[in-house]
Amino acid sequence: MDLFRQTAHSLIRLIQEKKSSPSEIIASLRQRIKAVDPSLHAYLSLDGELQAPESFPKGSFQGLPIGIKDNICVKGRLTTCCSKILEGFRSPYHATVVRRLLAQGVFPFGRTNMDEFAFGSSTETSCYGVTFNPWDRKRIPGGSSGGSAAAVAADEAIWALGSDTGGSIRQPASLCSVVGLKPTYGRVSRYGLVAFASSLDQIGPITKDVEDAALLLGVIAGRDEMDSTSADLPVPDYRKALKKEIRGIRLGVPKEHFEKGLDPEVEAIVRRGIDTLKQLGAEIKEVSLPHSPQAVAVYYIVAPAEASSNLARFDGVQYGYREEGEDLLSTYSLTRKRGFGKEAKRRIMLGTYALSSGYYDAYYLKALKVRTLIKQDFDRAFRNCDCLAGPVSPTAAFRLGEKLEDPLTMYLSDIYTIPANLAGIPAISIPCGFTRSGLPVGIQFLARPFAEETLFQVAYAFEQNTDFHERKPL
Amino acid sequence: MINLETVHYVAALARIRLEAEESKAFTAQLSKILSYFESLKQIPTDNIEPTSHAIPMQNVFRPDAPKGSLSQEEVLALAPKRRGGWIQVLRVIET
Repeated sequence: MDLFRQTAHSLIRLIQEKKSSPSEIIASLRQRIKAVDPSLHAYLSLDGELQAPESFPKGSFQGLPIGIKDNICVKGRLTTCCSKILEGFRSPYHATVVRRLLAQGVFPFGRTNMDEFAFGSSTETSCYGVTFNPWDRKRIPGGSSGGSAAAVAADEAIWALGSDTGGSIRQPASLCSVVGLKPTYGRVSRYGLVAFASSLDQIGPITKDVEDAALLLGVIAGRDEMDSTSADLPVPDYRKALKKEIRGIRLGVPKEHFEKGLDPEVEAIVRRGIDTLKQLGAEIKEVSLPHSPQAVAVYYIVAPAEASSNLARFDGVQYGYREEGEDLLSTYSLTRKRGFGKEAKRRIMLGTYALSSGYYDAYYLKALKVRTLIKQDFDRAFRNCDCLAGPVSPTAAFRLGEKLEDPLTMYLSDIYTIPANLAGIPAISIPCGFTRSGLPVGIQFLARPFAEETLFQVAYAFEQNTDFHERKPL
Repeated sequence: MINLETVHYVAALARIRLEAEESKAFTAQLSKILSYFESLKQIPTDNIEPTSHAIPMQNVFRPDAPKGSLSQEEVLALAPKRRGGWIQVLRVIET
């Protein structure tokens, strides 16, 4: 049996039954990485001989390794957000999610590639070079958590963490045929996640199946004193939600998510997925999210505005890269000129403009008001539905370089994932089928704030009745 | 929609030095993106409150008790340039 192919929950069982050990699992994973990563570039680095697995406290996951996106701090390890401006930066502390993983005996094993500061939908803006889609190396893996999704899809990681500001977990999960969950805003602490847009960012699991996503969310979720926006709500045993029947569950299908721009092949696959749920007893209803076509415009004002402010800290003074000029001001501007890539500069410029005097009301304030309308659309839809279903991304994985020089087209590929971030609600992407040319397509489920259990219930029922998640690219 | 002059002004605010080529490219790209945003103007938002956080939380307190923090050495070790116990930068105040 190839250990690297297994899910975390099956490996945990093997460990408990003494049929395998963490060191065997890690050896198997290392071999796999050696065999496939040179052609995928999902990993930036492996964390060497971190700790003997046996040295972990007796938690439930003694020594299981996990891939960590490069914007989540691991003490003593490089955390660069794939940006030159954080060249050589070793975090002096652990992110809360990493502390929680370690306390349960899950250890950070490798850093995964991403778009610079999570600015992108293709992992092409990483200063360390692109990650290739394991299903077709001429295509992008999605982004920004493209390294994490590709690593899990290619069985180079048992599971991984990503972060999702506008779709950065769900879109690559869809394009690589793995499970990706964006939790409710506030479900998971953001402490130690390098901030992109603080009102939208969430850390979440990227896994091989729904059960692993439920398991991993249970480890990382919960109130954290270090993040005042983390919710003070109990963390349920998410696995208990998995085996609940979905008969009678009210599943809304937002009609705006099936309008022009959606590839007909993707639409057919997602509609077939919805039919599967209908056959399992879900009650299907058409719903309307009338403001969701505005989501991209709202997001690309709000997110860059927050980003421009968050990224002001990268000035070459306290840490990271510095380019010395003739005075302090020119040191700042030279450091930021050389340290940031094209897309990072573009977003900082866009955000700075939207917040600048004279434009604040027309762009930023207007966007925040339309954000309210988008949120109200969801409130209304959830009065008659328990869960919504639709596409994750308008197309399957696109070609490398296809949208890189056309930022607006790239931004529009986030149209179905962005609304969940703006409304703060949880959403999951799971494998739903393949195009005729063999590219994976995911289906997205969305639920009320803190109703991750509903997502797991629906996603698990779907997964149990389909076999898309069992197909492997390599 | 947005001209070269505005791009230079915004770049100065953002503390990013741009090459002439970059400024030109940004002028075209940002104009295209900003004109896409125009569609928002058609959405009536009178009497609509802005949402800055989707899951509002108020009065999040913790006990005001001192706790440990990173040591001076750990922090200084990250600095691109240091002198003794300080982070070194170019002179800010004229003498």
